[in-house]
Amino acid sequence: MTTEQVPQPPKTITEPVQDWTKDYDIFDQGYIKDPFPVWDSLREECPVAHTERWGSSWMPTRYEDLFNIARDFTNYSSRNVLVVSGEPPPDLDPDLERAASAGAPPITADPPIHTWSRALLLPVFSIKAVAAYEDETRELCASLIDGFLANGRADAAADYAQQIPPRVIASMLGIPQERANEFTEWVRGFLEYGLTNVDMRSGSAMQIFTFLHEQIQLRKANRGDDLISYLLDAKVDGAPDPIPEPHVLGTCFLILVAGIDTTWSSIGSAMWHLAQNPQDRRRLIEEPELITSAVEELLRAYSPVTMAREVTADVEYGGCPMKENDKVLMNFPAGNRDPRRFENPDKVIIDRKINPHIAFGVGIHRCAGSNLARMEMRIAIQEWLKRIPDFQLADPSAVTWAGGQVRGPRKCAVTWS
Amino acid sequence: MMRIRVDSEKCQGHNRCFVVAGELFTLDDYGYAHEVEDGVVPPELEEKARLAVTNCPERAIFIEEDD
Repeated sequence: MTTEQVPQPPKTITEPVQDWTKDYDIFDQGYIKDPFPVWDSLREECPVAHTERWGSSWMPTRYEDLFNIARDFTNYSSRNVLVVSGEPPPDLDPDLERAASAGAPPITADPPIHTWSRALLLPVFSIKAVAAYEDETRELCASLIDGFLANGRADAAADYAQQIPPRVIASMLGIPQERANEFTEWVRGFLEYGLTNVDMRSGSAMQIFTFLHEQIQLRKANRGDDLISYLLDAKVDGAPDPIPEPHVLGTCFLILVAGIDTTWSSIGSAMWHLAQNPQDRRRLIEEPELITSAVEELLRAYSPVTMAREVTADVEYGGCPMKENDKVLMNFPAGNRDPRRFENPDKVIIDRKINPHIAFGVGIHRCAGSNLARMEMRIAIQEWLKRIPDFQLADPSAVTWAGGQVRGPRKCAVTWS
Repeated sequence: MMRIRVDSEKCQGHNRCFVVAGELFTLDDYGYAHEVEDGVVPPELEEKARLAVTNCPERAIFIEEDD
């Protein structure tokens, strides 16, 4: 369990995991598909597990530990939220390097920068603000379903879930919806394929930065009614000048990346669940008011996101000797299945009354887009059930999952008559 | 009489209280919750007040009861 004092480059270990308590691998294919038994045994045997794979990291699986660590931003920094650290490409255009120098605040920021950069975003992601996108989200979902309804089959992940968030985010940022497929691929290159492949990740990041940099230049010449324009004019605490442009770019990068893969994973998991649970489909149709608690319950049971923290100075937590620069994986999905906190945690109960889940995190980094994600999930489920009340998995064994830091189905063919 | 109180130091704007008990909470522009009417909970809303407490992931809502 000891780690070196000097930061070591990530080790790529390809042997299968023998002992999940001290050698876990969140990118193990079996784990990605079905992490639940691993979490159950870790929670009991070793509530804060450790590994050297992909660099030294620790993984709490109990709700209470996740709650404590997430709220302690002094010992656990958000300066690096990805498990496998990457460096920017060496041949980066200096202009772009300067433009991209702010990271992706507020998710990669600690106080004090976190505090003001988050305050800028919260009003534009409030319940009221995201309601403005509800009608177009509904139309989008309806038109997607109309496109495949007559076929009697579709891929609920690729043809539906994956199509929704990029277009809603494009609308918020005022960027062309026709390019949604393109930036979906960039985001996957960054947050899905790129999680363990730093070259691919920095390449994808540069494509996103380049694209957003161009969009920012367009908006500087000609403001619109969109989030990029809002950020360009945003001022903090009565400062005379608007926030620096690299900050605008970093925040737009965050909105694009964080708003796509995550929400689409949640919608996909919801569809996967509903395909296999006719009683939940029926209840949602007969008791439409249950949609609110159903969305919270699906978020709890199939939480997609595991962000990382970086240890700022050697610290002991729960008897674990964490070293400076070690990562701590905020396994909120495992915490949300902790029987210490939730009754029947593995059962999806769509009218669950007590559900303080932490799918959106807890503490100062609570997902700023949570209201948008909820709105998209609600509408995606409602519109689907309206048109396709009965459906099932075409072949349960053919469903594929992405995972590691964002978990959700990537192929999920369903059929109906 | 039951009263509720939101600890502003703890609230992170999950908005769960507002959704389960919209009669008892208001949200500011940033999405942070605040109790309405000095936190006084009418008897018919006591159950909702308790749900707001148990659903808050930040444990930011408190119930105070006096006679």
